[in-house]
Amino acid sequence: MTPSDRFISIRNVSKRFGAFTAIEEVSMDIAQGEFFSLLGASGCGKTTLLRMLAGFESTSNGEIFIDDQPMSDVPPHHRPVNMVFQSYAIFPHLNVRDNIAYGLRKQKLTAARRAEMVEEMLDLIKLPGYGSRKANELSGGQRQRIALARALILRPKVLLLDEPLGALDKQLREQMQLELRALQRQVGITFVFVTHDQEEALTLSDRIAVMSGGKVLQVDTPAGLYEAPRTRAVASFIGNMNFFHGTVRRNGSAMAAIEAEGLGTIPMATAQLTKPDGAPVHIGLRPEKFSLSPTRPEAGLAVEGRLRTAAYMGERSQYYLSIPGKAEPVAVSAPNTDRRMGADDLPEGQALWLSWSPEAIVILDTD
Amino acid sequence: MSSYIKRPNRALQLYAVLFLIVLYVPVLFIPLFSFNDSIYVRFPLQGFTLQWYGELWTREPVWNALWNSVKVGLVVSVISTVLGVMAARAITRTRMRGKGALVTFIMMPLVIPGIIFGVALLVLLSRMGVPLSLYTVGLGHLIICLPFAVATLLPRFEGFDPSMEEASADLGENGWWTFWRVTFPMVLPGIVASLLLTFTISFDEFIMAFFLTGTDPTLPMYIWGQLRFPKEFPSVLAMAALILFVSFALVFVAQWIGRKGLEDQE
Amino acid sequence: MAETSLPKSRTADRPPRASGSRILRLFQRSESARGYLMMGPTLAIMTFGIVVPFVILLVISLWTRQGFGFDTTLTLNNYIRSWNEPIYGTLMLRSFWMSGVATVATVLLCYPMAYFVAFHVHRNKMLWIILMTLPFWTSYLLRVFAWKVILGYEGVINSGLMSAGLIEAPLSFLLYSPTAVIITLAHAWAAFAILPLYVSLEKIDRSLLEAATDLGDGPMARFFRVTLPLSMPGVIAASFLIFIPTTGDYITPALLGGPDGAMIGNLIQLQFGAVNNWPMGATLSIVLMFWIAALALVFLLVTRKVQGRIT
Repeated sequence: MTPSDRFISIRNVSKRFGAFTAIEEVSMDIAQGEFFSLLGASGCGKTTLLRMLAGFESTSNGEIFIDDQPMSDVPPHHRPVNMVFQSYAIFPHLNVRDNIAYGLRKQKLTAARRAEMVEEMLDLIKLPGYGSRKANELSGGQRQRIALARALILRPKVLLLDEPLGALDKQLREQMQLELRALQRQVGITFVFVTHDQEEALTLSDRIAVMSGGKVLQVDTPAGLYEAPRTRAVASFIGNMNFFHGTVRRNGSAMAAIEAEGLGTIPMATAQLTKPDGAPVHIGLRPEKFSLSPTRPEAGLAVEGRLRTAAYMGERSQYYLSIPGKAEPVAVSAPNTDRRMGADDLPEGQALWLSWSPEAIVILDTD
Repeated sequence: MSSYIKRPNRALQLYAVLFLIVLYVPVLFIPLFSFNDSIYVRFPLQGFTLQWYGELWTREPVWNALWNSVKVGLVVSVISTVLGVMAARAITRTRMRGKGALVTFIMMPLVIPGIIFGVALLVLLSRMGVPLSLYTVGLGHLIICLPFAVATLLPRFEGFDPSMEEASADLGENGWWTFWRVTFPMVLPGIVASLLLTFTISFDEFIMAFFLTGTDPTLPMYIWGQLRFPKEFPSVLAMAALILFVSFALVFVAQWIGRKGLEDQE
Repeated sequence: MAETSLPKSRTADRPPRASGSRILRLFQRSESARGYLMMGPTLAIMTFGIVVPFVILLVISLWTRQGFGFDTTLTLNNYIRSWNEPIYGTLMLRSFWMSGVATVATVLLCYPMAYFVAFHVHRNKMLWIILMTLPFWTSYLLRVFAWKVILGYEGVINSGLMSAGLIEAPLSFLLYSPTAVIITLAHAWAAFAILPLYVSLEKIDRSLLEAATDLGDGPMARFFRVTLPLSMPGVIAASFLIFIPTTGDYITPALLGGPDGAMIGNLIQLQFGAVNNWPMGATLSIVLMFWIAALALVFLLVTRKVQGRIT
């Protein structure tokens, strides 16, 4: 059976709590076996959407389909989805084995078979032999894995994860991210992952839905969101972005260029630029797309600026330069290829040349 | 935590000891005079005797009254705890409109003197033509015990991570099974506390019983009746002393079990 | 992607079941409906036990006694009488006075005890709580009677003081007086003060006290500026829990109040007993409730003002 592209189908779903609209006309399709993330700031509606998939919230409008079956009348305990909760919700009065085997009660298995399944899961989550431990003896990372095992043992069609790594410290979180990704590939189940951490979403996901204020801004692959954001909102949410106003300049159909504030005239390929001459346009350039040099580069587009502040960040440094014609400073990010003890060797006011290539420019919808 | 804030304070310690003494002395008079060889309850003491306990054995009305109180107490505590669990769950788990007003309404008996309830119920029942009996006493007790049950159980439900129940539902259990496998074990201490509290309130309740009792007296009603008959009185004291001993014993056993449970977990 | 290492499960491939009837589905959709259904029996009992009797009480208070029955013409006579005839007003005032003094005394005396257990007991806090509440497992009547023994003519205090030679004749004001009632009430209701006080003191974040110390407060200042204000909810709760029930108490005044120590509760009880004037009893009950509500409101407003000044 070919994996379906619309394994989970959310169609025009809205959710209102009294006068407050948490989710407005949201539609998306999630493919089978995909690692799909819902990304957004607190209050954007991502957790509400997840809970609607699980069945803990009903839809005010619209329909949710899982594997072509409508879910509106199906209560949470009958849905083929399982959830890993933000607080893990490990039952404190049961030990690890009983926690993992919790959902197997309805399956009328022999005790031996159940124990076997639990052991397999414990191996899968790399906690072999932990069966008789009590819930309150476990660390946060261990509890998270138990919650995973408890859900996966039931072989759901979809696994929902509600910010599961939020409570872990940075190093543990990065390790768990890799493990989670590997696990998903291994078991092949569709994961729907909620997070507010964009780095996490970019690392883990096949595709991401960026949400804000109850609406979906863009659904795309990580690279697509980062390198080709469609709107200012998405562009500034993911990573850092320098924004420039500009005006389109056309000379017949052959040449096209953008006159951007501070950057001068930039020739663009006509395929990219469909607006007429004189139309306003927003463009963006990520900080790492700039190169810095003390002297003017021999070829290519360049502009001279003055250094305002610099921040040393370990593997890279972030520089803020002001250029004539633009009010806010431009952020430039460069890897620290030499060992440098701080950024003091570049004094404030230092003149530097910024250069970039036209392919690195992102054209954003005017919104 | 820092020991600066918690430095021992001699004055307070002394106060605490004095406080406990003053608290217990009047109570300890009851067993004291139950062993006193005199029908008059006054000083000086006349000598040690167990005759009142012996007499107690033969005195049927006392045991009847005790049994009545126990019956009413058990029924009231079970019903009010069950209803209290349902109410506490509804209050903490569901979004209901008008929840605040509802909770205030249920808690009203806590802020109205019992005599008013007794009087109001008496009037109601007499207009309805219902004869007074242990059932009417039970009803009265139920009304004042329900708020206590809800007040005891509410914090337990509030302090309970709701995603536990959601996790259980997510893993396939319907409402009833979720309650049994997850909610109930976790609120069990609250349930036990509620049962004990409501039983105690009902067992010792006099004011409403006074208005609502029929021919079968509860223990407090019986004691009230005996207060004017000095001859009967010491055996009533013996009964009360017995109750005191039993409650002490129960509480310590419960503590001991609770302590053992904690140790097993460690 | 290989679906390898997960244990086989049987329910995974069955299509999900929608739940049963339409009514059931309606309940699943509407959380409000579910909530109210769960509270159904509780609400029913409370309505039957609170609302209905009070309505009837109100109605009866507007009737008049007539022989063994009632003259059911509605009249405010009883209320007018309760306002005009001095005995009712006096008794009510005295009841509030006695309850008030007992409340203040109890809260003041129990506060240090609650403070001690909250701040100075480090192990077995539960044990202390139980120790403090255990006396209340005995019969209220008998505890009152025990105080009668202590305060009486030949009771503990008198015989003790006499044998120590401090007094020559027994003190008569101890028993059958308002003082006796107040002392007994304070003792009998102590548990209701200790528990709320303890809970609110226990909840205070210790780091707030450390911050106050760090900013220069000594123990006294710290108590008045941080601990006391933060424990106010407990103080208010304790005050209500003692004041309100004691205003209606009639056992304690009956056993050791004497004529000077009678409270309004005694009078109400008489109306339903010997005097057999139910309408008057109902009227007095409603007037009592009204005044309690008014006093409670005033109390809450005052404490809110005071809290506003402190913080």
